[in-house]
Amino acid sequence: MLILECPYCGVMADETELAAGGEAHLKREGPGSSDADFEAYLFDRMNPKGVHFERWRHASGCGKWFHAARNTVTLEVYGTYSAQVSEPPKALVTAIKRKVPGWEGWM
Amino acid sequence: MSEAVSALAGATYDGYCKVSDAGPVGMVTLRGDLAAKGFGAAVKKATGCAVPGQGALTSAKGRRLAWMSPDELLLFCGYDEAGTLATALGAALAGQHALAVNVSDARVVLHLEGVGAREVMAKLTPADVSPEAFGPGQMRRTRLAQVAAAFHMPDAARFEIIAFRSVAAYVFELLSTAAQPGGEVGLFPAGE
Repeated sequence: MLILECPYCGVMADETELAAGGEAHLKREGPGSSDADFEAYLFDRMNPKGVHFERWRHASGCGKWFHAARNTVTLEVYGTYSAQVSEPPKALVTAIKRKVPGWEGWM
Repeated sequence: MSEAVSALAGATYDGYCKVSDAGPVGMVTLRGDLAAKGFGAAVKKATGCAVPGQGALTSAKGRRLAWMSPDELLLFCGYDEAGTLATALGAALAGQHALAVNVSDARVVLHLEGVGAREVMAKLTPADVSPEAFGPGQMRRTRLAQVAAAFHMPDAARFEIIAFRSVAAYVFELLSTAAQPGGEVGLFPAGE
């Protein structure tokens, strides 16, 4: 069972009061993009065994979207952060790198 | 004018805790930038309540103001004064990006009281309701079984629960079932 801290409410929210929103930080490909880029935007997902950045919504709580970084193998949660960013905070990436030596890093 | 009734029309259940419908309660939802200049003063002037901090609840003049999300507050007041207060809030916040609406009939308010009240809540919600983690003055929006709900504690032995009107009967039955005699767990001893 995942327990994530909602960065807006400041409460530890159980997975069952959250709604999963899939992989985070996707770059939208709009009109004018190539078919390959658009297909990748729609369908290509990392699905990593290890560190993963995700979108979650505090559905039964404040209703806000936020980001979470967690490990898909150990279920360790590295941190949660605001939805209003296009990449994870540098401090969080540094902290994950320290904990997971073999990690290829953010993008 | 037609007579106002709550979704449960005053239903009560006596188990090892008492579950009761609070009847018609005035509720005004207020959306806006809580940190904006003049916002707190305007809200205080119109309602008497100070703007609560994150996850908190303030009360004054028999009204309660609860923090719902970073840009939303919910005012509990008398059923008859909700319309007036919504208008007053709108006037006090003129010029700000804010909205106050009377939503008294959108939700149901339930009371849960008794020695095992914390335990009854703990059966239904994933939120931590232990005495160390939760107490009067705090507001928690979470889930009760399968539906969204929020609750706070008016005092140490009582919970006030709000849920959407459409699920009022479901929430009442949930609480009643959890409070059935024989269902005591003794999770929080010492009168909590």
